[in-house]
Amino acid sequence: MIAVEGQEVAVHGPGPVPLTLSVNGKRFNAELEPRVTLLDALREHFDVTGPKRVCDRGECGACTVLIDNRLVYSCTTLAIESQGKEIVTAEGLGGGERPHPVQSAFVNNDAQQCGFCTPGFTVATKSFLDRNPHSNDAEIAHGLAGNLCRCGTYRGIHGVVAQMTGREPKGNAGTTMIAARAAASPKGDA
Amino acid sequence: MPADDKYTYPPGDERTYIGRRMGRVDGTAKSTGHAKYTYDYNPKGVLYGAFVRSPYAHARITNIDTSEAEKVPGVKAVEIVQKPGSEIHWAGDEVVAIAAVDEPTVRDAVRAVKVEYEQLPHLVIDSQEPPHNIPPDTSPFGLDDLQDMARNQVPTAQMVKEINERGITFKPEEAPLDRMPPDIANAVKSAKQKPAEKKPPTWYKPAAAETQGDADAAFKAPDMVISEGVYGLPVIVHCCLETHGAVSEWTDSDHLLTHVSTQYVSGIPGQMAEVVGIPAANIRQVQENIGGGFGSKFGPDRWGIYSAKLSKKAGGAPVKMMLSRAEELEVAGCRPSAYARVRVAAKKDGTLTAWDSFGWGTGGPGGGGSPPIPYLIRDRVPNYRIQWTAVVNNIGPARAWRAPNHPQACLITMAALDDLAHKLGMNPLEFFKKNIELTGPRANIYIDEFPVADALMGWSKRWHPRGDKTSRSIKQGLGMSMHTWGGRGHQSECDLTIQPDGSVTIKMGTQDLGTGTRTAILAVAADTLGLTPQQITLLYGDTRYPMSGGSGGSTTIGGVSSTTLRASVDARDALFAKVAPALGSTSEQLEAVKGQVRVKGQASKALSWKEACAKMGAVPINAHGKNLGGRDPLMNSGVGGVQMADVSVDTETGIVRINKMVAVQDCGLIVSLETAESQCYGALIMGISYALFEEKVMDPTSGRMLNPNMEFYRLAGIGDIGELVVHMMVNKYDSRGVIGLGEPPVVSPGAAISNAVANAIGVRVPMLPLTPARVLAALGAQKGENA
Repeated sequence: MIAVEGQEVAVHGPGPVPLTLSVNGKRFNAELEPRVTLLDALREHFDVTGPKRVCDRGECGACTVLIDNRLVYSCTTLAIESQGKEIVTAEGLGGGERPHPVQSAFVNNDAQQCGFCTPGFTVATKSFLDRNPHSNDAEIAHGLAGNLCRCGTYRGIHGVVAQMTGREPKGNAGTTMIAARAAASPKGDA
Repeated sequence: MPADDKYTYPPGDERTYIGRRMGRVDGTAKSTGHAKYTYDYNPKGVLYGAFVRSPYAHARITNIDTSEAEKVPGVKAVEIVQKPGSEIHWAGDEVVAIAAVDEPTVRDAVRAVKVEYEQLPHLVIDSQEPPHNIPPDTSPFGLDDLQDMARNQVPTAQMVKEINERGITFKPEEAPLDRMPPDIANAVKSAKQKPAEKKPPTWYKPAAAETQGDADAAFKAPDMVISEGVYGLPVIVHCCLETHGAVSEWTDSDHLLTHVSTQYVSGIPGQMAEVVGIPAANIRQVQENIGGGFGSKFGPDRWGIYSAKLSKKAGGAPVKMMLSRAEELEVAGCRPSAYARVRVAAKKDGTLTAWDSFGWGTGGPGGGGSPPIPYLIRDRVPNYRIQWTAVVNNIGPARAWRAPNHPQACLITMAALDDLAHKLGMNPLEFFKKNIELTGPRANIYIDEFPVADALMGWSKRWHPRGDKTSRSIKQGLGMSMHTWGGRGHQSECDLTIQPDGSVTIKMGTQDLGTGTRTAILAVAADTLGLTPQQITLLYGDTRYPMSGGSGGSTTIGGVSSTTLRASVDARDALFAKVAPALGSTSEQLEAVKGQVRVKGQASKALSWKEACAKMGAVPINAHGKNLGGRDPLMNSGVGGVQMADVSVDTETGIVRINKMVAVQDCGLIVSLETAESQCYGALIMGISYALFEEKVMDPTSGRMLNPNMEFYRLAGIGDIGELVVHMMVNKYDSRGVIGLGEPPVVSPGAAISNAVANAIGVRVPMLPLTPARVLAALGAQKGENA
């Protein structure tokens, strides 16, 4: 402890300090330097590798997790400041062995290709839907702008949100495409 | 060949999974975060590797001092990558490799290495037009020249021609003949040997002009409508979300286990053996998933090789060497740029008669190959002159980027033709239809696709001549483009085993880039064996399984599907032979459908799959599948696609928004419909991204990339895509067999969007990406002309 402007402030490090995190309902203990990010603690020390390291500076969202149900980029959060809180990653989103319905919707809408952005995207989408249960396209464009995909799976993610909110998907998800196809080809080729 | 007749894909009405939306088999593993990638391997005692990189774009290393780095506590191995005296050709090139107990330590050690350089003049800008009067290089090839051409994907025919004409300075046996395409190897063997000529260093490598007919005369012919313009697109990067990298460990003193993030699992041992110093047979490569490649991840690269070398030095401990985001964008892949000054002529009725272009672009230190301009119509335009100058610069080496050279050729060609259609006063759709025979053998596919695209976009109803004449400041426009790609399947093998308890396993050394390879393999096997995909176990991504080609050039789907079909048919027929007596029939009379083996036409004479397999006795059935390579009739080459874009352009801010895009795509027989559609959606989005946002911005002074991060190297986000419509030409071209799809749909978006912007604002924005600054500059230039 040191005194700063008359107040006692705890000093951690610079060497490793004992640390306990609660991740997906399990407790993890480690001795880590205070500078270690939550992302690196999860991936390298606890082998929780759903959150990915992609940009490593809060630009792409591949490391997205929930802390006490709040959406955060774990690459720009320190492990040490995440103690005493409930951390949920894509692996724990469903609350058990089963996938969360949002994650199943990612499969149903084929909203993934290489899949490297997907775990972060599922967490972000779940949280977005909690906050926007009746979302429109403008809200999706804004609310999910913090996650980037390189393979180009956004059309499928629109489908996920549509399915979860009971809306007709925009564009040609499944049946609408077949209707368009029938209109385009009088004999039908399907 | 009648003996081969049994190897056919089931007809349309007998398919349960092939050509249907069956769902991605690995979907849940990915969406729940359980899928493991190279970046996720954390073996016990893993060390972290990193490189000391050159801060200069062009320099000679004069001294390297690693002594301070070696003293950093926790450093376990240091290797010099490039010795003093070596010449560096791009910023970020690897100089020293270090492994340490954790990442902060290895970063400290990298900072402690002292490297001295002699700086040399560099060039990192390529958009300026090179001089037109440089004579083509006719000096004989050295080995380095040959390697440059190969690295830059110069087309085989062009390489053969140049080798024949220019000769070589080395002995043929000095070249890696066994790793070269046979035509090139033969050309090298028969080439004239000449003494090496001392070549002055040059930034420009012009190729000899290619001509057909008489272009000059054709442009001078009476009543020609001629359009001129400059078009181009800059170097962009792959930006794989999983950066390049590898985790390697020595399991004993002469066996290496490596996890390279790669598009070519089977090819890794052969590419590492010599440099690592053990036989390829002693190297095992394993990869479950790969977080993006797009053409940039075929070799082990320095990170693969040095993860192994550092591991050896550290007593075999695993070494994880993943690039940082900045390294990924700076050194691990770029798509060559292409620019061209184009003149094109047509008769007043729209008949295209002549093409003349002076093009240039860079693929980095080797210069790069020339894109196939004019795209689609090159063989059949009656008169052309095509000139190309490769710009040799210090931007870093090019890597294959999804459909190498095609998006560049497509943008330059389709924009020039769209401008010509405007000058002719023609609707571009009518102009393309008028000249469609120039596209050659695939003309009929485009003719089939045009009305589908037209209906889905409402083109004929909504198209207006160039320049939205409404009074709004936001202008709307439509644009279109067409493309092709080869996509013949690669060589591939697999083992399919049926056990007496009915379980089925397929082993294949392939990889799934997220394209749906696993899903496709299981669709083919399930439909052939009458099972569900869930009843079949697929083991892949490991060099312990039979070889399968690299996933590049849209070759995977043809390769793995044909191989799987052949193994499935052979295994099924072997099972039929065992089961026939029990059903009182012959094997020719049996079929495997809906989880049963039964006599055709007699539903009562049936055994469940499990009962049937029990008749095998104790010996499993194993069938080795091996496709026939390029001549396998189960696959084919050459697809056609048409795309249309609807955009809005804010003429006050210069911002371009995508309203809607339509992709109509053929790929022969479609194996996995849902993942095929996803490929097209993804290609449209990737296309929107390079059309509007992406550019590797280089600083001419420092020679370094200015935007090596994901904030300033912008990718399209979910709000940038508009409405996307994909139409696969299902059941239309099944008789052609399976053809690859990865590349083709990413070719056209840049051209279609550029044409739509021109249609909206009434003026061509010559260069991609269509940034607000470029749009406003084009509008400003137009205003100036009209003033």
